[in-house]
Amino acid sequence: MSPTPLIEGRRLTKRFGEFVAVDGIDFRVERGEAFGFLGPNGAGKTSTMRMIGCVSPISDGELSVLDMDPRVDGTRIRGRLGVVPQEDTLDLELTVRDNVLIYGRYFDLPRSEIRERADELLNFVQLSDRRDDRVDLLSGGMRRRLSIARALINRPELLLLDEPTTGLDPQARHLVWGRLYQLKRQGVTLVLTTHYMDEAEQLCDRLVIMDDGRIAAEGSPRQLIDRHSTREVVELRFLTDEDRDRALPQVAAVGERFEALADRILLYSSDGEADADRLTNDGVRPDSVLVRRSSLEDVFLTLTGRTLEE
Amino acid sequence: MATPLTVRVVEHQAAIFRRFWRGSATFYVLNPVMFLAAIGFGLGGLVDESSGHVAGVPYDAFVAPGLMAAGAMLGAGAESMWPVMAGTKWVRTFHAMVATPVRPVDVYGGVVVWTAVRAFVGASIFLVVAAILGAVLSPWGVFAVPAAALCAAAFAAPLTAFAATQETDARFPLIMRIGILPLFLFSGTFFPISQLPDALQPLCVLSPLWHGVELCRGATTGSIDFWPAVVHVAVLAACVIAGWRWGTRSFTRKLSQ
Repeated sequence: MSPTPLIEGRRLTKRFGEFVAVDGIDFRVERGEAFGFLGPNGAGKTSTMRMIGCVSPISDGELSVLDMDPRVDGTRIRGRLGVVPQEDTLDLELTVRDNVLIYGRYFDLPRSEIRERADELLNFVQLSDRRDDRVDLLSGGMRRRLSIARALINRPELLLLDEPTTGLDPQARHLVWGRLYQLKRQGVTLVLTTHYMDEAEQLCDRLVIMDDGRIAAEGSPRQLIDRHSTREVVELRFLTDEDRDRALPQVAAVGERFEALADRILLYSSDGEADADRLTNDGVRPDSVLVRRSSLEDVFLTLTGRTLEE
Repeated sequence: MATPLTVRVVEHQAAIFRRFWRGSATFYVLNPVMFLAAIGFGLGGLVDESSGHVAGVPYDAFVAPGLMAAGAMLGAGAESMWPVMAGTKWVRTFHAMVATPVRPVDVYGGVVVWTAVRAFVGASIFLVVAAILGAVLSPWGVFAVPAAALCAAAFAAPLTAFAATQETDARFPLIMRIGILPLFLFSGTFFPISQLPDALQPLCVLSPLWHGVELCRGATTGSIDFWPAVVHVAVLAACVIAGWRWGTRSFTRKLSQ
């Protein structure tokens, strides 16, 4: 770890009146890594991002971004950030290219440089052929890619992405992931929030799991799974709740741990196939059995007792 | 040297304007010119036939500066409400701005400054048309243009500030109907306020538009005196300053929570 992290929060707190959105969290983001805030809606991820982006004043604690204090250096910090907000904030009536050009002027970049860079960036996010179309004609995935291109106009060291693929179809998500992965390889530090565990696993070197304004766990996806879950999970689905409840005592006797959800039982196990066989021999007859690797979803479930999508 | 943050927002507003300048041209130039033709010359012919002059000048020369100031106000009214709602809520372009070095106060400043710039351009064109038609009596008339821009700012500053406090546009038509329209009709735009009942005349002092109309008319007819002009400018400037103080707060509250 380098001595000065790119972002450091200590007891960072955000209150809206009586409501505590972020409740004294500690975290640090190192240069060049892809760092994620994973958690369900309402966990405080967006509030944290807005504080890092220097648009929302911190209520308490300390925050340093690029070695500066957002309270005094907001404008300077924002000049070195790229921000992709959760809800698109594009000028719908302007063309794709004009959106990038105008955004560049907020950073006071010379027009000639913006024009050159805009063409590069539209190429990078595969929107060159749509450059003269109005934004309101673009699909959600294209708009998100345009938001990313726009956020890169000032060559930011740090790119903040709030729920970068929420609301996109799978193909559009993969396109966005591909571009973000590319940026990471170019050395851009990525900080993103997500409530998709697959997104966190794909993109994040390191992440914190947030719940109810607090950080529940921190580490790489692998570390978190090793620490808080078993190697494999057996998913048992039942046709009725009665069938499910009848199976519970036998399920409890095998594996390491189990979680009973509304429609299924998750059995945590070091050897899923063996445990699944054992249950079949014991006479458990689920409608379907799936053995899979543990995921961050399981980590979240273990830590909070809830699923991410709730 | 770095471009001031407010100016960067003005550039955005100008870019949007470039896209839609045809519609705006109608609103800012064609409408006032049509008013001038209908009321200044159509109605004015009747007025001049029966009374000779209004306040010592032909009716078209009387009403032209009134329309100029009123046009600035109407433009400011439209620019300061719905587009602000678009920036804060509907399209959220203001949120994009504050993610960059631009601050909420710069967004506010940029919107107000741009509204004044537009009013300045609109008033310039109107002045030229009015002059060609013979409704500008004095070379001092050129000062009516900055006066109209100041009049626009006097409305834009508080209205833009107000718009950022709103969650929906429900109150905007109300402001147009019970605020802007009565001012349009009763601020000495179409007839001297001496025509109003005696009890109502002092109330005109409260209308920023009346001060704007007096300034413009004083300039285009070449009849203004120094001290009244100073007072009119001071009143309009006070509206801008009061609005500005409110706007810096309302924009900060809206855009950086």
